[in-house]
Amino acid sequence: MSSNILVFIEQRDGKILPASFQLLALANDLAKTTGGQAEACVVGQDVGGLVPDVAAYGAKKVYTVDDPQLAMYRAAPYAAAVAAAIDKADPKTVLIPTTALGRDLAPRLAARKRAALAIDCTEVSFDGDDLVVSKPMYAGKFNARFRLSGGCLQVATVRSNAYSAAEPQAGASAEVVAVPLSLTESENRLKIQDIVSTSAGVKDVTEADIVVSGGRALKKEENFKVLQELAEVLDGAVGASRAACDAGYQPHSRQVGLTGKVVTPRLYIACGIDGAIQHLAGMRGSKVIVAVNTKKEAPIFNVANYGCVIDLFKLVPLLTEEFIRLKG
Amino acid sequence: MRILTVIKQVPDSNATIKVLPDGSGIDTSGLKYVLDPFDEFGVELGVQLREKRKDVTEVVALILGPDKAAEALRVALAMGADSGIHINDPTFESKNELFAAYVIAEAIKKDEQGFDLILCGKYTIDLDAGAVGPALAEFLDMPHVGALQGLEMSEDGKSFVAKRRIEGAEEVVECDLPALLTLEKGFVVPRYPSLPNLMKAKKKPVKLLTSADLAGEEALQSGTGFESVAPPPPRPECKVIEGEPEEMAKELVRVLREEAKVV
Repeated sequence: MSSNILVFIEQRDGKILPASFQLLALANDLAKTTGGQAEACVVGQDVGGLVPDVAAYGAKKVYTVDDPQLAMYRAAPYAAAVAAAIDKADPKTVLIPTTALGRDLAPRLAARKRAALAIDCTEVSFDGDDLVVSKPMYAGKFNARFRLSGGCLQVATVRSNAYSAAEPQAGASAEVVAVPLSLTESENRLKIQDIVSTSAGVKDVTEADIVVSGGRALKKEENFKVLQELAEVLDGAVGASRAACDAGYQPHSRQVGLTGKVVTPRLYIACGIDGAIQHLAGMRGSKVIVAVNTKKEAPIFNVANYGCVIDLFKLVPLLTEEFIRLKG
Repeated sequence: MRILTVIKQVPDSNATIKVLPDGSGIDTSGLKYVLDPFDEFGVELGVQLREKRKDVTEVVALILGPDKAAEALRVALAMGADSGIHINDPTFESKNELFAAYVIAEAIKKDEQGFDLILCGKYTIDLDAGAVGPALAEFLDMPHVGALQGLEMSEDGKSFVAKRRIEGAEEVVECDLPALLTLEKGFVVPRYPSLPNLMKAKKKPVKLLTSADLAGEEALQSGTGFESVAPPPPRPECKVIEGEPEEMAKELVRVLREEAKVV
């Protein structure tokens, strides 16, 4: 086993997810402790063009698994691809962004490599050879510490925005190692039939850097237009509380909370959301939280960085206007 | 077609959970436990398939957990699962999902008739991780579809088309059986187990398995260790922004840009 830290670079349609760059910075930091180096693994079809960016953000060596069968994400082929890169790279630790894809891929990969595994880490550091991580537990109500043994490969998915990316170094170069892919019949059984764009321009709450969320106070589906407009200006996503989804104002795919999705954006704007435990569990990991609510005693203000005690319908359109004005 | 739903018993999400003073775990005395809400989707889907299709011969619910996990298993049986498997052994108790998935895979391999479709929740609300489903699929060398939002079985019952949401789009996948699915909220509504059904569930067969029947894997067990649990660090004090709506909007935008630097 080497002392190197391997980062799985998540890309879709040739665009790299920014969280991957954050993990390259973390990998460089961790490599100082282990005495190894930060390396990266890029999986997909025609991904060679991504190498300069991956190098610029700090990877010293890039393993590419480039194959038409990897054009779209499928768990088993991706696990096989990353496992092939691991066999070549022999890293000590693999870091994967905590996204829908990362959560889906990491357990398969870890099972395959008989690795130690932690999902959705907010802090990662070495204690000797062991990787010690902090991660949410009991619906985000608590932080747990897990120890991933240095006696085996360590796989950890790390939360978006838990670490910052480094400034890209233009012209930085990395050694490229092409890794061939071979899939078993079983790994290739699942086929992608179709990708249907459901909502052009509307991001998923788990992947947006900014989330504008609404609660029951929105009163009806049409009123979410007010939040939609703000989200569009900020290039963000629209989320909703369970109450708003159960009332049919928004689809459950946008529900933020315990039984919905856990989000950790850079900015979370909660509009007309009181902040039930079930909702807080899904968003309290956000970097900056803004609460807009008429009730100044609402629990949402306990987790907010900035609070506005006001009717959301009075404030949100003005916010949208102000952002448009500043954008010119 | 035989269907397996893999379930877990977890602390009720509405319960107040307290951490033990030494941080070694949570105070379980008097704590209310429930069938995990995402696992309920798996049980419901399994039962609905059996109700709709003649070729579904049995829905089996499998739980790994201590004696009290039998309560959650009984809820699954009351919802309509036909029989249960309870893996109960103190040496299998851990917060290590890879190890749990390995033990569950061993139990599935031991089952003489085998399973065509395995259903799990997308994650459990105690560990906030969701590793069991995909890891189980890997141990069983079968495909899995994660965070499923729709399912259409083929008429001959040999394959299916499933929908899952990805960024800005819906992905449609097709696959033959056997396969494992993990369920997202929203496309099945779990039924409420009635009192008579809860009573009847007591009579449904439950197979008990222990470390005498199943071997764990030591390397996996020792790989990931739970250390401690603590309340999350407090969030910074809330800064209340005052003024008329126009001033408030301007000031909020200013602090987000200049202080927080997030827009």
